[in-house]
Amino acid sequence: MSLMAEMGERAHRLGVPFSVQLDLTYRCNEQCVHCYLDHHDHGEMTTAEIKKLLREMADAGVFILTLSGGEIFLRKDFFEILEYARALTFCIKLKTNAVLIREAQAARLRDLGVESIQISIYSHRPEVHDAITKLPGSLRRSIKAIRFLRSQGLKVVMANVLMTQNMDDYPSTRALADELGAEYTLDPTVTPMMDGDRAVLDLNVGESALRRVFRDETLVGNADEFCAPPRPLDDDSMDSTPCSAGHTACYVSPYGEFYPCVQFPLSCGNVRQQSFIDIWHNSEQLKEVRSIRLRDLSSCSQCAHGGSCTRCPGLAFLEGNMRGPSTADCERSFARTGIPSANLLAKKDKDKVSPARLVQIQLVPVITGVRLLEMSSAACTLAS
Amino acid sequence: MNKKLYVARSPRIAARQLGEEMLVMSAQGSTLFTLNQTATVLWQAADGKTTLEEIVERRICSEFEVTPEDAIRDAEDLAEDLAKHGILLVSEIPIPSRDPVLQEQIR
Repeated sequence: MSLMAEMGERAHRLGVPFSVQLDLTYRCNEQCVHCYLDHHDHGEMTTAEIKKLLREMADAGVFILTLSGGEIFLRKDFFEILEYARALTFCIKLKTNAVLIREAQAARLRDLGVESIQISIYSHRPEVHDAITKLPGSLRRSIKAIRFLRSQGLKVVMANVLMTQNMDDYPSTRALADELGAEYTLDPTVTPMMDGDRAVLDLNVGESALRRVFRDETLVGNADEFCAPPRPLDDDSMDSTPCSAGHTACYVSPYGEFYPCVQFPLSCGNVRQQSFIDIWHNSEQLKEVRSIRLRDLSSCSQCAHGGSCTRCPGLAFLEGNMRGPSTADCERSFARTGIPSANLLAKKDKDKVSPARLVQIQLVPVITGVRLLEMSSAACTLAS
Repeated sequence: MNKKLYVARSPRIAARQLGEEMLVMSAQGSTLFTLNQTATVLWQAADGKTTLEEIVERRICSEFEVTPEDAIRDAEDLAEDLAKHGILLVSEIPIPSRDPVLQEQIR
């Protein structure tokens, strides 16, 4: 077990919010076809409100702070917020499209000791990437920014989302990441809009494309092992919690709304009305999320995939029941192993099984330089 | 110890107390460390203005059962080790805070 995983477990035992994603804005200079956000500004927190929140989070024990959006560099006070957060000694991860990062910004990020910068790149071809972002010239500008950041010695993670538009490009996009000295993640996860609208899910790749990705040994290592049938359920599995959402991780929106995870839009309070730690300790919604064990899930506790499935409680919630199955994860397990889940079997007569959808494949270089494959739902990546 | 040594927390690290340990991540290669109780005391007292000798005398010897000689030797070794990993700055002259106004704001 890595030291970080060990610390995550300790935080779990201590009830500490180890990792938080804070979205500074939903405004964006790109208008990606698959984005789950409403980009209009409905009253973002002010600089002073964010600084107060950062102090509360530091006092609560938050270590990893992911600043995301929207496009974070659209906030004129972005560096003021970042500088303040670093003075509070958070481990800072940024998510950005990097279009607004030039040499000076890259140097400042280095000086401030940012841990990593995740940048969305959807293809090595401008005509594909720019069609997805709807911003002409965006690929060229993002790549230029990656070069600036790498020249400062900063860790860059190139994040690709697999969609119908770019499904054949991921090997070359990965090669581009290698050329730029960036890590690479591939995420065939197009999630529903935060308001529950599922129309964007039509962008997901078909089952055959996903199966091909699952069996690509340059991504998954040993494909037979990766696609092996699920392990039988045991007592430990039945007592396990679904993911870190609400246990050691949470999410705060630009409007102060507090959710268990960015992908789990169950409002637990608002940091404009209550302190961060008050919500963390006393929210009834969070208590309910924390109480859920695999044995409480009527369908999943009976499912062959129960012990190895990466069921996302947020997606289950968006589907209507946080204790129910996440069909998208059922489809993923099915595509990976060829074995249908209990939920899919129950649905068989009602619905046609649609393409497998939600998965994240992340290549994680470790100290020795060996690449490991991690597979987890997007909701679970904060504390990984 | 012949020379006075001043120690300061590096501005390029991330840190948080987790239970009894201090979790520290160096910006150099995103390496994660945990500091035990004694190392945490030293790290927290490393303000760039106080010498290592004074920190050992006031914070280590007063709180832990250790002779001053052993304590200062261990502290020097620890400071050197932490400096190698970019966690601590060590200097023979006082180390000014990079942004004293901001440091004051967050107190």
